[in-house]
Amino acid sequence: MSHDHDHQVVPSDPALRVKALESLLVEKGLVDPAALDVLVDTFEHKVGPRNGARVVARAWVDPDYKERLLRDAASAIAELGYTSGQGEHTLAVENTPTVHNLVVCTLCSCYPWPVLGLPPVWYKSSAYRSRAVIDPRGVLREFGTEVDEDVEVRVWDSTAELRYIVIPERPAGTQNLTEEELAALVTRDSMVGVRKVKG
Amino acid sequence: MNGIHDMGGMQDMGPIQYEKDEPVFHAVWEGRIYGINASLMRNWNLDAWRYQIELLPPAEYLQLSYYERWLRINEQLLVKHSLITAAELAAGVVEPGSAKATPTLTAAAAMKRLGRGLPPSDDPKVAPQFEVGQRVRARNINPTGHTRLPRYARGKAGAIARDHGAYTFPDSNALFLGEKRQHVYSVRFAARELWGEQASPRDSMYLDLWDDYLERA
Repeated sequence: MSHDHDHQVVPSDPALRVKALESLLVEKGLVDPAALDVLVDTFEHKVGPRNGARVVARAWVDPDYKERLLRDAASAIAELGYTSGQGEHTLAVENTPTVHNLVVCTLCSCYPWPVLGLPPVWYKSSAYRSRAVIDPRGVLREFGTEVDEDVEVRVWDSTAELRYIVIPERPAGTQNLTEEELAALVTRDSMVGVRKVKG
Repeated sequence: MNGIHDMGGMQDMGPIQYEKDEPVFHAVWEGRIYGINASLMRNWNLDAWRYQIELLPPAEYLQLSYYERWLRINEQLLVKHSLITAAELAAGVVEPGSAKATPTLTAAAAMKRLGRGLPPSDDPKVAPQFEVGQRVRARNINPTGHTRLPRYARGKAGAIARDHGAYTFPDSNALFLGEKRQHVYSVRFAARELWGEQASPRDSMYLDLWDDYLERA
């Protein structure tokens, strides 16, 4: 394959192309560079899985909150101040000793931005998207997550505008931890359902 | 469209590449195209945007990184919707006499838009066609346009697990043919209904499906 042929699919360095596109669009009045700064800053520093971890920790310590979260997740999440696009309609699904939930978007990359931020590369990858539905237990094993044969695995394929957050199981031996300490245990991966929370 | 994007159930895509302590953006340009994309979305809609990605030829779709796809389809949508010309895109400079958009999307407006939300789903004017507990079958349709009914569920039987209320129908909205609002349900399919005996008898898949994707089973 010639060097030129390579570059037919990606004609040039994306960094250069994005830079050229941005200056063209700024000149056209179609984008404001300050708006781009704010959007980047929001997802790099303000919105991310720490939000979801606080939601989960609250659900672990407050049964009434958990009940509201399972009934109307978007409102319960908004109670903690987390609202933004890609979270208007959210469903919280709870892991129990008999049910393990796993979230995927086989068609694209749907993900609950207000509670988890932007999705990691693996979540958007062909490998995860293709296999999570046909071989969820194999995918879980790849993440080092063992789920017993008699536990029901439920896979949620985000095909519409519903977004999903898994409420992982609270680990044993954490009854003396504060809500804040509990939130520190909750990982992004556990809220997608690929891993469990370790105590 | 039966495109490469509809990859649920495909095999041989390799191991899942997990990056520890992954940054939100891997390069400055990824953040910039994220912001450009968010700023431009008001000129089309999310369904038309998804359809544009699906229109990438399969080999190109697989070869491009996630944000390279975003770059590619934003370039395409800008030209398609006459916001820039192909010549401007190629040269990177505005043609003389070209109109300037007013008003420019400001930072405040971009953030407001990000949090603007979807229309409410509890619309009493849109009646559900199915009820919770009912047995349904995903229709065997193969539209060449945009659809959110994955191939792996077509023709398969399941049950309505939850009614989520009324939503815009992506198949028509992607082509700017109207919102055609209708109910969306979580539909539960037994893993064995979808994948046969190799699947665990305990497992299940839940898909969010619109009225028009379903028929009585």
